[in-house]
Amino acid sequence: MERISRQDWIAIIVLALLAVLPPLFLSMGQSFWMDLATRLVILAIAASSLNLVLGYGGLVSFGHAAFVGLGAYAVGIPAHHWLYGGMDPIATTNGFVQIGLAVGVCALFALVTGLICLRTRGVYFIMITMAFAQMVYYGIVSIEEYGGDDGLVIDSRSEFPGISLDDPLQLYLLAWASLVVVVVLVRMIVNSRFGMVLKGGKGNEQRMATLGFNIYAYRLVAYVISGAICGYAGALLGNFTTFISPEMMDWGRSGELMFMVILGGAATLAGPILGATVFIVLEEALSSWTVYWHLPFGLFLILVVLYVRGGLTGLLSGKKED
Amino acid sequence: MGDILRAEGLNKSFGGIKATDDLHLAVATNELHAIIGPNGAGKTTLIGQLSGLQYPDTGTIYYKDRDITRLPAHRRAPLGIARSFQITSLVMEMSVIDNIALALQAKSGHSFRFFRPARSEKALRDGAMALLERVGLGAKAHMPTVALSHGEHRNMEIAIALGAQAELMLLDEPMAGLGAEESLQMVELLQSIKGQHSILLIEHDMDAVFALADRISVLVYGHIIATGTPDEIRSNEAVQHAYLGEE
Ligand SMILES: Nc1ncnc2c1ncn2[C@@H]1O[C@H](COP(=O)(O)OP(=O)(O)OP(=O)(O)O)[C@@H](O)[C@H]1O
Ligand SMILES: [Mg+2]
Repeated sequence: MERISRQDWIAIIVLALLAVLPPLFLSMGQSFWMDLATRLVILAIAASSLNLVLGYGGLVSFGHAAFVGLGAYAVGIPAHHWLYGGMDPIATTNGFVQIGLAVGVCALFALVTGLICLRTRGVYFIMITMAFAQMVYYGIVSIEEYGGDDGLVIDSRSEFPGISLDDPLQLYLLAWASLVVVVVLVRMIVNSRFGMVLKGGKGNEQRMATLGFNIYAYRLVAYVISGAICGYAGALLGNFTTFISPEMMDWGRSGELMFMVILGGAATLAGPILGATVFIVLEEALSSWTVYWHLPFGLFLILVVLYVRGGLTGLLSGKKED
Repeated sequence: MGDILRAEGLNKSFGGIKATDDLHLAVATNELHAIIGPNGAGKTTLIGQLSGLQYPDTGTIYYKDRDITRLPAHRRAPLGIARSFQITSLVMEMSVIDNIALALQAKSGHSFRFFRPARSEKALRDGAMALLERVGLGAKAHMPTVALSHGEHRNMEIAIALGAQAELMLLDEPMAGLGAEESLQMVELLQSIKGQHSILLIEHDMDAVFALADRISVLVYGHIIATGTPDEIRSNEAVQHAYLGEE
């Protein structure tokens, strides 16, 4: 293993707090905070997946909410058919099948769209990733059977042997453990040979090409990994909310994920977790304080993005690492 | 011996500007071939086409008798072609040693490896360190690249070109912006690798060029007007008229 840096310590501390505090709140009967923490942890997984391509790869994907939505529908649709019949091959509440479906569909979607998106750069990449996400959005809206615009209620959560996701604590612990696994996985990837090439391509594409790296291929693989992880987060989110709708894939949702990453510190391990935490908590606090919360919230985000290099993680660790 | 690289009838225009104009060039195996020419003559554009970051409009490039005209840059590197950049091109947010290690990584096996930390690969680290020491940057290995001076960046460019263990090195003004002392060191370094690689060297520093080159080609308005040994070039009237005579 590599040495543990200050930024790693921040991630470890935040993860430890997330392991202890929410269950504590729950034991004190504060299920509201438990709900908040669950959403936060799930979104931290999605943000971490985005960070892999955005932070380390320099690919500003504005369509990651599509993966979240696809992941959620990969739980909702099989559960729907399991209850109401039809589509027998996928009609199930089996969690492994649903999660496999979420990850598989999202990886495939990332592969197909990535093949096209990654041929573009800069603003064009942002626009085209957003366009593909909107396509999925409208695709789902148009399917009457799954509720279209109105969304879909998940009547039965994913089933796993030995654990019940109907229990808020068990669901939370699964989400938390998943976040830990994802953070460890991302750390491993970005420090590997593959990760060095990905980061090198962000810094200087022309140099990497001259060295002999086909940056396109590396980015595509990173995009697929990112999409798969994000789809997994979507499957968890579907299990958490038990109500899913195309609104989950709205471009505004993609923007929120981006904000979390940048707010917390792009290309840092702790960044997406910190970003998701501050984003969710602040959103909650401000919205209960004033209906005009969007304004101070937006200003705060803009200030952090403009003036704090390396986001909150940079602020806490005092310097930005690669 | 034979030629490692041949360019035949290359043409490339940017809008109305003919940056490369019916250009013919041959680099013999293991020779140091210098290209001189006034500003804007098309030297960098030529290197761009030879390295695959740009493509000619017409004409053909042969590397070891294989047509590589339309081969993208990342597929030329594995054939043994490396280049350095006139305007320093490094991964600024990475450490110095990481930049060099990437060059070695490109040469040793594939990089679709996701689990083992790249910085724990001894061969890459030691190799990168050795290269850095060779160009006098051993002490700065772990600094962020962005923190180094222009001269040090130039040396990193060379270390990367060396790290590629290329048969053909395309060096675009390695001495650009270097002080007298640093230039001298660069000449020494080039002298020390001369004969082990085929080198196409672009350079404005005439003393360096005439000291190092086996052959020199003179590029004016995208066209090579003369090729020969340093003595031949010095006494070539057309060259004197077009280029050297201005001194
Ligand atoms: N991408 C481009 N678009 C338009 N014009 C270009 C481009 N690249 C080069 N040129 C033009 O082509 C000509 C040759 O440029 P090039 O950079 O190859 O010259 P050079 O010999 O390397 O010059 P220098 O000695 O200043 O480095 C110049 O007139 C330049 O302005
Ligand atoms: Mg030039």
